[in-house]
Amino acid sequence: MFWDAIFLQLGYNATLVTIGACFLGIAAGVTGTFLFLRKRALVSDAISHATLPGVALAFIIMVSFGLDGRNLIGLLAGSAVSAWFGLLCVSWLTRFTRLAEDAAIGAVLSVFFGFGIVLLTVIQSMSAGRQAGLEGFLLGSTAGMLWNDAIIIVVGGALTLAIVLAYRRPMEMVSFDPEFAAASGLNVARIDLIIMWLAMAVTVVGLKIVGLILIVAMLIIPPVTARFWTDRTDRVALISGGVGGAAGYLGAALSASAPSLPTGPIIVLVSFAFFAVSLFFAPNRGVLAAFLRHRSFQRRVHMRQGLLALAQGQPIYEALTLKLLRNADLARADGVATETGRARAAKALRDEKRWEIVRADQAFEGAAALYDGLREIETVLTSDQIQEIDQRIGGPKGVLS
Amino acid sequence: MTLELAANQGHSPTAEQLDSSPLAVRGMTVSYGQKPVVFSVDMTIVEGAMTAIIGPNGAGKSTLLKAALGIVKPLSGQSLVFGKPLRSQRHRIAYVPQRASIDWDFPTRVIDVVLMGLFRELGLLRRVRQRHLDKARACLDRVGMGDFSDRQIGQLSGGQQQRVFLARALAQDADLYLLDEPFAGVDAATEKAIIAVLKNLREEGKTVVSVHHDLSTVPEYFDRVFMINTSKIAEGTVADAFTAKNLDKTYGGRLATAHVDQLDLVAG
Amino acid sequence: MSGEEFVPLSLTPLLIGMFAAVACALPGNFLVLRRQALIGDAISHVVLPGIVVAFLITGMVSTWPMMLGAAGAAVLAVVLIEAIRKLGRIEPGAAMGVTFTSMFAAGVLLLEQSNTSNVHLDVEHALYGNLESLIWLDAIGWQSLFDPIALAALPHELVRMSVTLVVVSVFIWVFWRPLKLSTFDEGFARTLGIPTDLVGLALVIIAAIAAVAAFDAVGSIIVIAMFICPPAAARLMTNRLETQIMWSVIFALLSAILGFFIAGYGPLWIGAENAVSAAGMIATVSGLILAATAIWGPCRKRGGAPVS
Repeated sequence: MFWDAIFLQLGYNATLVTIGACFLGIAAGVTGTFLFLRKRALVSDAISHATLPGVALAFIIMVSFGLDGRNLIGLLAGSAVSAWFGLLCVSWLTRFTRLAEDAAIGAVLSVFFGFGIVLLTVIQSMSAGRQAGLEGFLLGSTAGMLWNDAIIIVVGGALTLAIVLAYRRPMEMVSFDPEFAAASGLNVARIDLIIMWLAMAVTVVGLKIVGLILIVAMLIIPPVTARFWTDRTDRVALISGGVGGAAGYLGAALSASAPSLPTGPIIVLVSFAFFAVSLFFAPNRGVLAAFLRHRSFQRRVHMRQGLLALAQGQPIYEALTLKLLRNADLARADGVATETGRARAAKALRDEKRWEIVRADQAFEGAAALYDGLREIETVLTSDQIQEIDQRIGGPKGVLS
Repeated sequence: MTLELAANQGHSPTAEQLDSSPLAVRGMTVSYGQKPVVFSVDMTIVEGAMTAIIGPNGAGKSTLLKAALGIVKPLSGQSLVFGKPLRSQRHRIAYVPQRASIDWDFPTRVIDVVLMGLFRELGLLRRVRQRHLDKARACLDRVGMGDFSDRQIGQLSGGQQQRVFLARALAQDADLYLLDEPFAGVDAATEKAIIAVLKNLREEGKTVVSVHHDLSTVPEYFDRVFMINTSKIAEGTVADAFTAKNLDKTYGGRLATAHVDQLDLVAG
Repeated sequence: MSGEEFVPLSLTPLLIGMFAAVACALPGNFLVLRRQALIGDAISHVVLPGIVVAFLITGMVSTWPMMLGAAGAAVLAVVLIEAIRKLGRIEPGAAMGVTFTSMFAAGVLLLEQSNTSNVHLDVEHALYGNLESLIWLDAIGWQSLFDPIALAALPHELVRMSVTLVVVSVFIWVFWRPLKLSTFDEGFARTLGIPTDLVGLALVIIAAIAAVAAFDAVGSIIVIAMFICPPAAARLMTNRLETQIMWSVIFALLSAILGFFIAGYGPLWIGAENAVSAAGMIATVSGLILAATAIWGPCRKRGGAPVS
């Protein structure tokens, strides 16, 4: 079943949903990158919860005009309008009151959602509302989806993706360096607005597949995942789109392959798996790499401090320092330096003295800025320069090195 | 050992000095990420003196203070307060944080902030009594903020906020006062008021340590300097340590010579 | 409305709603001031997986395992958020977003996978509770308040919610000074020897306890709304923390009472037949209160009055 689903062999609807989820995942990943880099990831949470009253109101209005309340285009249009209103409320609260953005987001998402729930109970009491199935928008439901709905999702996903790709460059510039972007003639406020519109579009298209509670995951998890692998804005967007697309495709396919595997949660959990792997194993920013680096760094610091202490005949205070010195056979258990220890200590002290000269001399300003207590002086100065410094020190020559 | 580092010139502190020093830091290294901001620093504060911690921006002045107080966790090193571990001596310390590190929109009044200085006395549940209020008001009076006690803190100017923080430190009745850039962004009147209070504390035999960035006022305000640029450069009385040579070492010759000449320097 | 009707049908759900609102609003004050409002959001989302896991382990719907499961999930979420934030150097908002959506998704999946259709445990219930159904069948009027037999049949949600409210209030009262100090000036608080990290964690755990207790009765939607809306509105009314707490309690009670009655009787007044969701209406009213304070609140602007 799973391989059938992966290769899109499970019927038209499942195929369309899978393709739609993939488009949506890419669009969400790229859009989410810009939200994430602008440090506004959770604004999407307000947007998504604020769709609910719109969906419900659209249903009520359509029914009262004698139309089919379940018309997906109508419902999505309603959700977009109320999400937009929610977004306005967030920015109004942060701009005109002293409330911080997190409080504004939380207030808007809970109140809009609460009002949406009120409207849902109103709908349940309407005669046309009994089979409305609007609850499906909470967590998404692709089971029993109509052919037309599936088409809307594919087309919506493709359109959103197209717009995201079209505006990729200006959005990249704005989220990388808004001031530079403004200086080069971009309208930062307008680009920010487009980012918000796109986040809204992703949310609206994703409502039916993922549901409004989990759609934020598609906007947040892929960019956070991508961030572990690169420091460049354009690559974060690229990787994030890839992760989002893969999670959408795999998640939707997986969910179609067996019963009781709801699409939204599966897509979210697939992206989380990508995230978890990145968190631990990414080079540089990954936890494992950071841990190893920190440990070696800490050892270098202790080693260096220990050598300087030995050189100056000071006692060694830290147990770890002494242990490292002993392991390297530079000191005995009582803290007295061995033969090699004395030689290494003398070299460390001479380097420190050289640094002292470098840092006091304006001529070496560039090199001096690199001082952090650990850097070997040979890595920043030529041997001629070092010789010149040694002459200035004027101390004893021929220290063992 | 014939080579000696400048930082260790002069005699290293004796055991008694360490025991009696209000704040002694040994082998302190602090890093943010992979770069040490403070590297292997020893510092011995002298009792009853006013000491300025000086150094260029990003040289680790505030970080050293915070690590010594246990606010940030050092990579290695330890600090002793009056010869004992920090934990047992907290009641003898008063700390004035950098003004910029605070959320000034917090819903609280000036008098409430000063009362925070009485936390050790009040504990979790003891009620604030008249004598506590009187004490808090007296501290506000000492910094010239007596008329502002019911004001919301966000409504004060930068200098006034700084004075309120000093009043809170006064309320702590400490023996060692540690201030992080108390003169940053304050008006001249506030600077005068603060320095008068600090000198007053010194006359009472208290020890004052302040992160400071205005070199021109060092000789006028302080008795001793501690010069740092990631590692320690020099430590001593203003007369001995605040020399053009040490300033060059600290600021890497970045101070224009003309500017250094204007300072009331002892020839290095 | 007579006692015979009010006491059995409305009194207990009303009280539960009021207690839940206040129990959430109290810690919410500190969450909002600490810029951690969305921790409340995250907690209320992860309560679901906590309860589902507790149910899967014990195989029954009973109070204590579920409370423990939900509180455990809340703590796990906070630890995960902190770990992602620190280890991955990710901004807190995004770290929260990753954590609570993933945990919520896991909860929904577990719920679908396990055979829970025969018990009262589903996502919709988790979202908006069943406040209206927490009626006191044994009561016959106001006199039942003094009838031990009728009192013994009070809905256990009411008992649980009252205990939670007491626990939350006592916590805020006892740790008032450390909470205030570490929220206002963390560095200073540490020099006093206050374990600020622990204080922060304790606040989150207390918020989680309030969320879990309220969640079963009123659903997570009220929980988020009450964590944030009454404290936010209260902040716009005053510049003193003590007064802010007072206002937040007033606003929470007002939301619960007005919301409950509008939901229950409002539709009848305008001629409809069925009541609407009380939980949703309480959240809506709290939003309207926030909107009113944002427009008219005396301390709504930053900085307040100019220095004279």
